[in-house]
Amino acid sequence: MSAPSQPAASPVIQLRNLARTYQSGEVEVKAVRNVTLDIFRGDFVAIMGASGSGKSTLMNTLGCLDQPTSGEYLLDGVGVAGLNRKQLAKLRNRKLGFVFQSFNLLARTSALENVELPMLYALPMVPRRERRQRAIAALEKVGLGDRLGHHPSQLSGGQQQRIAIARALVNQPELVLADEPTGNLDTRTSIELMGLFQELNDSGITIVMVTHELDIAAYCKRMMVMRDGVVISDSRNPTRRLAAEARSSLDLAEQDVNLT
Amino acid sequence: MLASINALLVQSWQTVFIALRALRRNKMRSALTALGIIIGVASVVAMVAVGNGAQARITSQVAALGQNLLTVFAGSRHSGGVSSGLGSASAITLADADAIRREVADVVALSPEISSTAQAIANGRNWSTSIVGEAPDYLKIRDWKLAAGSMFTEREVSGAAKVAVIGSKTAHELFGPLNPISQTVRVNNIPFVIIGLLATKGAGMGGQNQDDRIIIPYTTAMRRITGDRYLRSVSVQIVSAERMEVAQQQIVSLLRQRHRLTAGQPDDFNIFNQKEIADTVKSISTVITLLLGSISGISLVVGGIGIMNIMLVSVTERTREIGIRIAVGAQPSAIKLQFLIEAITLSLFGGLLGVLLGVGASRMVEVFADFKAIVSTGSILLAFSVSFVIGVFFGFYPACKAAALDPIEALRYE
Repeated sequence: MSAPSQPAASPVIQLRNLARTYQSGEVEVKAVRNVTLDIFRGDFVAIMGASGSGKSTLMNTLGCLDQPTSGEYLLDGVGVAGLNRKQLAKLRNRKLGFVFQSFNLLARTSALENVELPMLYALPMVPRRERRQRAIAALEKVGLGDRLGHHPSQLSGGQQQRIAIARALVNQPELVLADEPTGNLDTRTSIELMGLFQELNDSGITIVMVTHELDIAAYCKRMMVMRDGVVISDSRNPTRRLAAEARSSLDLAEQDVNLT
Repeated sequence: MLASINALLVQSWQTVFIALRALRRNKMRSALTALGIIIGVASVVAMVAVGNGAQARITSQVAALGQNLLTVFAGSRHSGGVSSGLGSASAITLADADAIRREVADVVALSPEISSTAQAIANGRNWSTSIVGEAPDYLKIRDWKLAAGSMFTEREVSGAAKVAVIGSKTAHELFGPLNPISQTVRVNNIPFVIIGLLATKGAGMGGQNQDDRIIIPYTTAMRRITGDRYLRSVSVQIVSAERMEVAQQQIVSLLRQRHRLTAGQPDDFNIFNQKEIADTVKSISTVITLLLGSISGISLVVGGIGIMNIMLVSVTERTREIGIRIAVGAQPSAIKLQFLIEAITLSLFGGLLGVLLGVGASRMVEVFADFKAIVSTGSILLAFSVSFVIGVFFGFYPACKAAALDPIEALRYE
């Protein structure tokens, strides 16, 4: 399966016959089989599929948290297969940013410190002052410039996810990977978050997002569907929704409810 | 090469910072974890201090008995298998004591001793105390000083003068704050003029109060108090520690000869060798200090296991945190280092508090038990370095466990 071409951009991700097989007791589970695709810089991709379709496994592999059993994975032109844990860690730190369904922030730790975390593991070291400045800038970018000292428990789900996004952005990654980022959020917050993603994407950040909600995938530029470890459809999204519009229509709907 | 070492240093420094931050975030747990080490170190420091104190006290008490002292006791009398205890046989006479002084070359001082208990009356008060007959050399032999007045002389001994030197406790009981010198004390209705007051010596080895006694010339004691021609014992000071053995042999053979004992008969006297006792006591107290130290050492190890325990629990509890750290690009070595540094910090912090607590406990012992505990720098350094080693040792396994976590599993962990 060949990816739809995207002119004026180079591939951030190149997968060639990528497969991931698990040994679950006696049974061999082929979670991902023979996936070949390119994702280009500046794209905003949704990977959809039912649970067990292999989308999470693919995501973990893209995120360098897992290694493919066979096939090739080039991240920003660098072969990932065969790298050791140490090299993978370096790669994640420099080139990737993660956003998870359950936010995965450090508890009892301020928003600022949470966002500083990836820089603590950066080599060469980021000086303390620069760390602080970059974290503040990232938090301002996601609209939380006034919540620097708050702990996750003092913030709403949407705000927590924004911290997570700021954390994902702070090392200026090639790619942001989002795994069901709206899974724990209500509709309005989800739309706001997709709006943030769209803004970030417009400013040139490549985003790959796993979701099982068509509604959410509708905000992406490119939609991929997986089933049984294979990508069964992969297309540009001709009817892309814009979060700004969705929000105003939601506002109108709520006004109607209030009037009646 | 240099750059990579530098990078490693920078990373280590960064990790120290991360670890301290993680500990600060969980103050309660950190404190509880350190508690085991705190108690362990404190007990090592305090126990060794108490042990050292006991050793010093015992050693000084043994030394207070006198330097290079041999005491010849009349033997125990055996009749039909019943032993009546040391000094019960009327075996040692003044002639024996004189013979020892004359014929054993290494003797530098000697005092024939009589001992009895009697009621002393003075200043309208009544006090039951021990009446001890001695020679003027007694103070030299026992290394005892006078607080006031003077000791009786050989002249007063040969004249069986009715003079007395009294202990500080006896003086206090009879005269209170008054100066006892030149006062008269009546013993068995015989008036003695007090010419000297002994310096306070404290409890003796058996716990008896050495300061509660009245010392009079042995001649006076024999004639007026006991009315006996036998001595309870003879205290003999030998010229040096090396000569003690030889001198003891000579006294034994001299006395056997004088008492006409044949080869098969047992001695009818006993010789108490102060050096032997001192050596024995010293080795016993060393063993006791070691024992106390090692028992509290065990508690230190238990504290270390406590740290490992909590660190293991902590690794499990913080699985997600570890997953997050790994996901954002923490090297496995950085995770390992973080947990190792957390463990070491906890145990060093525990060690520091433990030392303070141990010193404090030693002071408390001093205040409440009237006992000088000796806190040694050695035990502090030892306890401190042991707590560091414990941190490394017991922190290592949990740290490896943390570093080996699979990030995917860790992030999914609830």
